[in-house]
Amino acid sequence: MSRGIRDKVAIVSMGCTNFGELWGKSADDLMIDAVTQCVDGVEGMQLDDVEAFWLGTLGTGQSGVTLSAPLGLNYKPVTRVENYCASGSEAFRNACYAVASGAYDTVMAVGVEKLKDSGFSGLMRTDAPSDGTAAELLMTAPAAFSLLDPAYCAKYGVSQKDMRDAMTHVAWKNHSNGALNPKAQYRTQASKEKIESAPLVAGRLGIFDCSGVSDGAAAALIVRVEDAYKYTDNPVFVKGLSLAAGPARGVMDPEYDYTSFPEVVHSARDAFAQAGVTDPRNQISFAEVHDCFTPTELVLMEDFGFSERGQAWKDILDGRFDLDGDMPINPDGGLKSFGHPVGASGLRMLYECWLQFRNEAGQRQLSDPRLAVTHNLGGRPGNCVSFTAVVGNELG
Amino acid sequence: MYVRTEKSIVKKGIVAYGSYLPTYRLNREELAAAHGVSAKGPARVVASFDEDSTTLAVEAARVALRNAPAQPESLYLASTSLVYADKTNATAVHAALAMTPEVFVADLGVSAKSAIAAIRTASITAGMALLSDVRVGRPGSKDETDGTDGAASFIFAGEEQEEFIIAELLSQSSITDEFLDRWRAPGEASSTQWEERFGLDQYGPLVKEASAQALAAAGVDQTDHVVLVSPNSAIIKQAARLVSGKISTVVPLAGYSGTADVGLALAKVLDEAGSGETILVISAADGADALLFRTTALLPTHRQAVPVMRSFVTGSDISYPKYLSWRGIISPEMPRRPEPDRPAGPPSSRASKWKFSFQGSRCNDCDFVHLPPARVCKRCGSIDKMSAMPLAKGNGQGRVSTFTVDRLAFSPSPPVINAVVDFDDGGRYTVEVADAKPADVEVGTRVELVFRTLFTAGGVSDYFWKVRVLENSLTDPEMHTETSNERTSEPV
Repeated sequence: MSRGIRDKVAIVSMGCTNFGELWGKSADDLMIDAVTQCVDGVEGMQLDDVEAFWLGTLGTGQSGVTLSAPLGLNYKPVTRVENYCASGSEAFRNACYAVASGAYDTVMAVGVEKLKDSGFSGLMRTDAPSDGTAAELLMTAPAAFSLLDPAYCAKYGVSQKDMRDAMTHVAWKNHSNGALNPKAQYRTQASKEKIESAPLVAGRLGIFDCSGVSDGAAAALIVRVEDAYKYTDNPVFVKGLSLAAGPARGVMDPEYDYTSFPEVVHSARDAFAQAGVTDPRNQISFAEVHDCFTPTELVLMEDFGFSERGQAWKDILDGRFDLDGDMPINPDGGLKSFGHPVGASGLRMLYECWLQFRNEAGQRQLSDPRLAVTHNLGGRPGNCVSFTAVVGNELG
Repeated sequence: MYVRTEKSIVKKGIVAYGSYLPTYRLNREELAAAHGVSAKGPARVVASFDEDSTTLAVEAARVALRNAPAQPESLYLASTSLVYADKTNATAVHAALAMTPEVFVADLGVSAKSAIAAIRTASITAGMALLSDVRVGRPGSKDETDGTDGAASFIFAGEEQEEFIIAELLSQSSITDEFLDRWRAPGEASSTQWEERFGLDQYGPLVKEASAQALAAAGVDQTDHVVLVSPNSAIIKQAARLVSGKISTVVPLAGYSGTADVGLALAKVLDEAGSGETILVISAADGADALLFRTTALLPTHRQAVPVMRSFVTGSDISYPKYLSWRGIISPEMPRRPEPDRPAGPPSSRASKWKFSFQGSRCNDCDFVHLPPARVCKRCGSIDKMSAMPLAKGNGQGRVSTFTVDRLAFSPSPPVINAVVDFDDGGRYTVEVADAKPADVEVGTRVELVFRTLFTAGGVSDYFWKVRVLENSLTDPEMHTETSNERTSEPV
């Protein structure tokens, strides 16, 4: 377990670009846009006031120079971090520790990804020279995550139809939410019939069960809690931050049954403990979780304790996680319809928390949110990392 | 060092053999429609996109080794379709079979006569002769429509192994002659042949003479079985007239198959012959070579598990256009995915036991099996307390615990079926299911490891393992073998 930095740091400004196929925007453009929005969010603030930067990106640049060059930074410390799909969250986590340590007063976490310049479909891998045997080299991410579906059905005796309906509902919900979000990649609703009859990608997953490939950037300004009100009337307080990097045992363990992510269970437990959350199902107002694929979101509900084991499919179909349900999940449309520019996603999730806590979420506004979870999963079932944050709009 | 004379040489003979035929069959209806050839005729057995002469050889060798009294002392791979030039291909076979370093291996290529060279050499070096070929022809040619991609393996007796001989080598003869029958310039996809009748005229007398010499040297009047192979099909048609066997005369299964011809034909006879029967093998290729064997009382109980003719008549159809794209004769549109990276030399070398013989590691403290092998136990954290788990050397079998069909991944034969396999000897890994359609796989399906190429990049074949559905696989839970408590591993 970790000590945590509950209520020690706060987000005091954020920026987020549109996500989508942004052919006309370079990575530099996206970083400049997100950072400028973030700086402009504080009256009288200049970019030079930011003392340190953490940059999260999977494959859109190495080294801190990726950020310092386009921004023309004045010899500030810039650390580029990567942790698969948790890269943006990783930037945020480290930025928070930098502020909590007292080393810096104002730090910015930035996330960026430019996936649409490659000309290839789907996520690219950049692997070190290898012996050519790794399963990840040739087995796609949709295939890996599609294994959750039959495993869950088998373990909990859920019918294939009920499982398909639950996955369809997740896609439908996230597209409905994205339709209300001016920054999302996909802003049209998708009917359940269309979702269910979409061309198959892997297993029973169709194209609507898989998150979008897109470009985008986001940024967050972090200061110590005692300084927060100098910047904004409505800071977002960081309650818990955790990362769990698994031993990659699941993929080779006959006892791993593909119905849970131990990495998520560990990161959730740690973040909740830091934040003092003892009853997630009732204490968490809403959550932004890593819906790379629809069965992933389903399993995550149980790994976070939002649903009992074996019940998530039912809670989903009951509308519990809909925008107007008891615990909205991915109110901004999620990876599914907001899009997944890898390095930016973790910060985009915090951006929705930021908007919700400040009553700025427009048509997606929830009434009286108090505590929220953001989550990213990087890798695949049996071999992954999981990041969890707990944030809130009140101290204590 | 001394040279062995005839007097001190070990009795020559085969102690074990095996054959392997790929699953796929070229659809003859489509061939007929495309080229106006006859739709009738024996199946055209074709290697899958993930098979080559090296992988076929490994599979045939694995079969033979199951019945062998000991590891062969040498290995000779003969093929007219070797994967690499300038690099020995037999070393990959050696690695896949997890043989020990002092075993001498070499490639013998690149003509049908090389098969005889492999047999003769293996017979005096306690070695394994591996005859393996993937034959390609110009579209519409006989080389394309006839022939059999396949491999056969023959292991010969070493010292103190006389008691294991299933077919004794009684005599051999050879007549060398230079004339133009079949030839292929390097880089050409298929071979050229002079008028067949010219070859018939040249080979005929050589076949008769070589046979007579071999029989005379062994004091045998007429042989029981004849195996006659040749790159010249006119000779094949005349087989019975040239030299006949009392019980059978066997010719290549279908058309010309390079070095595999003599291997598959001899394997067929060994599958069916009784004890004490003679087998005269004649290869009419750039001369004529004859070998005379006599089966022993041991043969009937030491045949390979699946006779070559059983493999020959089963199989699944592949469409002609797909076959052409597999062989690179047509280049279809590729999906928008980057080329895979070429497997790198140093990592492949460090991991060669894993990559080539699917060797994992088992923790000595808690028994957890790691695939790939690891130094730090992922369950109990012990460091460097591992024993080797050579899974492909055991029965290499397992059970599908779950699986999926990947329609996004690039494959020359989509869709890709990925199975999470729990192995009988312990451990779990996710591998592709080869030679299968989605309907062939369910949870509980029994599978076995097979050696294939995952892809070729930068001119390097990425060898590794997949699984294949076991014949008569049942999903009955009672078929699932309990993991053996017996240690099958050796210290690393």
